[in-house]
Amino acid sequence: MTRKTKATAAIVGSGNIGTDLLYKLLRSELVEPRWMVGVDPGSDGLARARRLGLETTHEGVDALLARDELPDLVFEATSAAVHRANAPRYAEHGIRAVDLTPAAVGPAVVPPANLRAHLDRPNVNMITCGGQATIPMVYAVSRVVPVAYAEIVASVASVSAGPGTRANIDEFTRTTARGIETIGGATRGKAIIILNPADPPVIMRDTVFCAIPEDADHAAIAASVKEVAEQVAAYVPGYRLRAEPQFDAPSPTSGGMARVAIFLEVEGAGDYLPPYAGNLDIMTAAATRVGEEFARELLAPGA
Amino acid sequence: MPYSDTLDIRITDSSLRDGSHAKRHQFTAGDVRSVVAALDDAGVPVIEVTHGDGLGGSSFTYGFSRTPEQELIQVAAETARQARIAFLMLPGLGVKDDILAARDSGAAICRIATHCTEADIAVQHFGLARERGLETVGFLMMAHSTSPENLARQARIMADAGCQCVYVVDSAGAMVMDDVTDRVQALVAELGADAQVGFHGHENLALGTGNSVAAVKAGALQIDGSTRRLGAGAGNTAVEAFVAVCAKMGIRTGIDVLKIIDAAEDVVRPVMDEECRLDRLALLMGHAGVYSSFLKHAYRLAERYGVTGAEILLKAGERRLVGGQEDQLIDIALELAATRD
Repeated sequence: MTRKTKATAAIVGSGNIGTDLLYKLLRSELVEPRWMVGVDPGSDGLARARRLGLETTHEGVDALLARDELPDLVFEATSAAVHRANAPRYAEHGIRAVDLTPAAVGPAVVPPANLRAHLDRPNVNMITCGGQATIPMVYAVSRVVPVAYAEIVASVASVSAGPGTRANIDEFTRTTARGIETIGGATRGKAIIILNPADPPVIMRDTVFCAIPEDADHAAIAASVKEVAEQVAAYVPGYRLRAEPQFDAPSPTSGGMARVAIFLEVEGAGDYLPPYAGNLDIMTAAATRVGEEFARELLAPGA
Repeated sequence: MPYSDTLDIRITDSSLRDGSHAKRHQFTAGDVRSVVAALDDAGVPVIEVTHGDGLGGSSFTYGFSRTPEQELIQVAAETARQARIAFLMLPGLGVKDDILAARDSGAAICRIATHCTEADIAVQHFGLARERGLETVGFLMMAHSTSPENLARQARIMADAGCQCVYVVDSAGAMVMDDVTDRVQALVAELGADAQVGFHGHENLALGTGNSVAAVKAGALQIDGSTRRLGAGAGNTAVEAFVAVCAKMGIRTGIDVLKIIDAAEDVVRPVMDEECRLDRLALLMGHAGVYSSFLKHAYRLAERYGVTGAEILLKAGERRLVGGQEDQLIDIALELAATRD
C-alpha cells in the first residue's frame, strides 16, 4: 500500500467562505480537497468546484456520508445550527472536523497561540474572524506580562458581513470575548464589532487594547507583538501592523489601567472574495493552517 | 395625530446619556440624582441614562465609566416620580444580557441604535425587549449619510422587528431643515400606524431646535434633546429652548417652561465641566458629517500626538467612519503624526 502524501478533505457549505477556502486548500501541500457539498444546485461555489476537478453534490451531507470513500477531514462552512447537527455524524465516521461556524462544538484554535493543542480532538472551532485577527495579539502581550483585561474592536465592511453574522451579532461578541480569555490569556475579555457601509468597501481593521502592569517592559511587548504578527502573516499575507504598539499611562478614562494599543489591518488574498474581505480570508487561511496540522498528524502520527 | 390625549409630542431628555460624552463618562450617582429630580419635577416624560455609547460602552475604546451604568440607571429609576427611564444599547457593543440587566435596574424604555444602513443587526434585540415588556425605540444613526428612501427601508426592518418608534438620528449634526423634513416624511409614509417617528438633533450647525420643529411639522411624535445642550459635539437640541418654542407654537410637551429653564441653569449647568459650545471642531463635525462623540477624543489625541483636532475630524469624515469607530481616530492621529516627522 502506497503511503498517502495528502489528507483528503470535503468542504461542506458552498457559499462565500466555503468557496474561498477551496482556493486555499487547492494550494496546500498537505490537504487535497476532493469533495464539495452544498444544498443549492445553482450554487456558484459548486460550479467552480466542479470546474476545478472536485466531486460535488447539492444533496447535503447525507450524499457525502453515503459514499464508500470518506474524507479524512471535513471543513464546515455552513451555519452553527447545521454544524451542530452534522458534528456527531462526522465523529461517528471518524472524520476530523474543522468548524468555521460559531457552533463551538469543539475547542477553539488560533494558530500562533495553540495550533497543536487539540490535534487529538475530533472537532475544532475557528471562533470568529475578529478572534482570528486579534487573539494572536492578546496572546503576544500575555506571554510577556499578565493581562487583566483585553478589549478588541473589529471594523468590517458591511458587504462582508453575511446574514448569519447579522442575525447573531451577540454570538460574535460573546464567542470572541471568550476566546480572548481562554486562548489569548487575558483574565477578562471584551469584543466589539462595527459594520461600516463605506463604498468602496473598507479593508478589515482591528484594534487590540491590553491592560498591562505600569512597570511593564514596553520593548519586550513590542518585540513579542511583531514576532506573532509575522507568524500570522505567514498564513495570511495581508495581515499587518498599521503602526508601532502605543503605550499609555493610566488615566480616569482608562479605568486607571496602563495599556498597550495595537492597530491591525487584514487585507484578503482576493481568492474568491475581494481583498477588503480580510475578515473572511483570515478565517479560511487559519482553517487551512489547522487542517494542514491535522493532515500532518494523520499522515505521520506522532511525528 | 397627537402623541397622546395630553401630549402633542413626547420629549426624551438625553443629558444623562449623550451628555456622558461631554463628561467623558465621569457622571456620579449624585449627578444623576440631582438632574433626574429636577427634570422629573419639570415634567420631562422620559429621561435616558447610560454610558454615552450605550450599555457596555465602558471600555478602553470609548472611555471607562466612573460609576457602573446599571448603578446610575437604578439611581435614576429610584429618583423619578413620573418620568420613565430609558437606556441606549448598540448591537455589536452591548448584548442582550445588558438589556435584561437594565430592565432589572428599573428602566422602562429600550432604545436600540445601529448605523443607518445596518438595522438588521438589531432584530433579536428588539424581539427580546418587547418580549420582556420594555417599550422600544430604534435609532438610525448618522441618518444624513443615506437617502430618505433607504432610511425608510431600514426603519421598516426595525418596525417589523418590534420597534415602536424609529428615530431619524442626526448624530453628526449635519442636517439642515429640508434634510430632516424629507427623512421624517419618508419614515412616516413607510411606517404609517405600525410605528411612530422620532428625531434626535445636534447643534453642530446651530440647527437643533429648528430641525426639531421641522421634524414635528413633518409628523415626528418623539423628539430628543438635552437640557443645557449637555451632549456630544456642540451638544444636543436644548430641551429648555425647544420647550419654550413649542409653547409659543401651541405644541403640548407636558414640560413646564419656567421649571425647565431653571433646571438648566441651577441643576444641569453645575454638573457640567464646561458649556457645550459651537466651536471650530464642533462646527467642522456638522460641516463634514462626523459623528459627534468623536469630539472629545479628537481633542485628547491632538494633544497626545501633536496634530490638530481639525485634521483628525476631517480625516474621519473622509474615511467615512461610523459611530463606534473611535479606535480608528488613534490610527488617524498616528498617520498624521507620521507624515509630520
